[in-house]
Amino acid sequence: MKHSIAESDLESNRAADRVPGEPVLVLRDVDKSFGAQHVLDGISLTVGRGKTLAVLGRSGTGKSVLLKLIIGLENMDSGSISIQGQEIEGLALKEMNRLRIKMGFLFQNAALYDSLTVEQNVAFPLERHTKMTASERSMRVEELLSSVGMEQHLKKLPSDISGGMQKRVGLARALALQPEILLLDEPTAGLDPITSREIDDLVLKLQKEHALTSIVVTHDLQSAKTIADSVALLDKGKVVMQGTFQELAESKDDFVREFFKRDS
Amino acid sequence: MEATFTSFGNTINRSLEWFGDLGSFSWKVACAAFARPFELREIVRQFDEIGSKSFPLVALAGAAIGTVLALESRSSLARFGAKSMLPAAIIYSIIHEMGPIVTGLVVAGRVGAGIGAELGSMKVTEQIDAIEASAVNPYKLLAFTRVLACIVVLPLLTLVTDFCGVLGGWVAVTLSDPISFHRFLNKGFSHVSFSDFLAPTFRTCAFGLIIGLVACFQGMRTKGGTEGVGRSATSSVVLSSLFVILADVILVKLILIFFP
Repeated sequence: MKHSIAESDLESNRAADRVPGEPVLVLRDVDKSFGAQHVLDGISLTVGRGKTLAVLGRSGTGKSVLLKLIIGLENMDSGSISIQGQEIEGLALKEMNRLRIKMGFLFQNAALYDSLTVEQNVAFPLERHTKMTASERSMRVEELLSSVGMEQHLKKLPSDISGGMQKRVGLARALALQPEILLLDEPTAGLDPITSREIDDLVLKLQKEHALTSIVVTHDLQSAKTIADSVALLDKGKVVMQGTFQELAESKDDFVREFFKRDS
Repeated sequence: MEATFTSFGNTINRSLEWFGDLGSFSWKVACAAFARPFELREIVRQFDEIGSKSFPLVALAGAAIGTVLALESRSSLARFGAKSMLPAAIIYSIIHEMGPIVTGLVVAGRVGAGIGAELGSMKVTEQIDAIEASAVNPYKLLAFTRVLACIVVLPLLTLVTDFCGVLGGWVAVTLSDPISFHRFLNKGFSHVSFSDFLAPTFRTCAFGLIIGLVACFQGMRTKGGTEGVGRSATSSVVLSSLFVILADVILVKLILIFFP
């Protein structure tokens, strides 16, 4: 299939150019407050190319804010965020958009455009950032939707499909521009265990196929165990512990043990 | 007493903050206007949403205003022996003031609420964030397109209001004192110059700018779920109507200075 992703930015969104393990996302001492509320306090994290980091923590510990800082939807108070070696602080909108094209974002509630059909939702980034013809775009949309098992629901509106289906469509939209980095905000929140497992399997499959670097924000320990190479646990805006799922599960730290107790 | 002063001070602060935020928002929209892509398809869609769909409402409002004006003016003019001036009084009032302001207020009500609620709903469901995360400028796609459509469509809708107002006025007049439409227009327009028509009609571009900017601004800063969406819709209508009336006062004075 001819992907007329003409812009040079998109040409770099190719698995072939990627060196495994090299740091892609680096956060250093990131602080963020909303008024008097200190949400993130000196967060430092590194994610290597092709690796998946799960960010765990109680509600309101700033996990979703962390993702919004990375994609530039919020501004940090201090610290630095580097994406593929480029600092995002002070970037002009045009430059930030070049980076955003390399990132796919799945929102907590999918955030599908409710006046557009499933097909139009997935086609939206393609229409904006590629020079594909209508038929090429249509083929690409079908390909993306079939990779998430939603090819039968092209013409439906988001309000006509279930929450799990919306997440799948959101995932297809996030992958439309063949991103190198995938940011997933609670991909299994509010879903039943079977649908959650299906979403996890889908994310795993897509990560392997596209060699994606991912950050997954989740409350779901089982999901973190399944899809993440490493896990960071946040509490009161700080990283309490970072390591493999097994290392955290075996930790002697009271908070970490308390957090993992429910799963055991 | 001190509490009253504090409360008054807080209100002033909030108002200044609101105007500052509106200024910053307007600047972002203005900057987005000159950047590619020009979002032609969305602009056309907004012309339809704001223009075509407001057509019946402004036509009805215009006809009603024309009718009422004819009924009210008739007895007043008859009292001063100036009944023959009725067509001129109706046409002059409509094209000079009633048509533009009624169109501005009707569109502020219909479109202001629509934009406020639509963008507010998109904001609270993170759809605007999703647009931005897709490397698309929401100030361009959502705000500029709507503001431009409001600016262009308002004068056109004013023509509709004016026409229906004159028609309504003629119907009301002719029911009591039959007169042909042609003669009614001739008598009416004999006292109206082109400048009486041009400046008032084009001042609605300013109304369109106000309605578009205020409604988009209120919508895109929505907080607090569905309740917040309701608040945004209401405040869009209230504020844009209020500013349309205030702008009308200023613009009427300016028009009188420059087109005496």
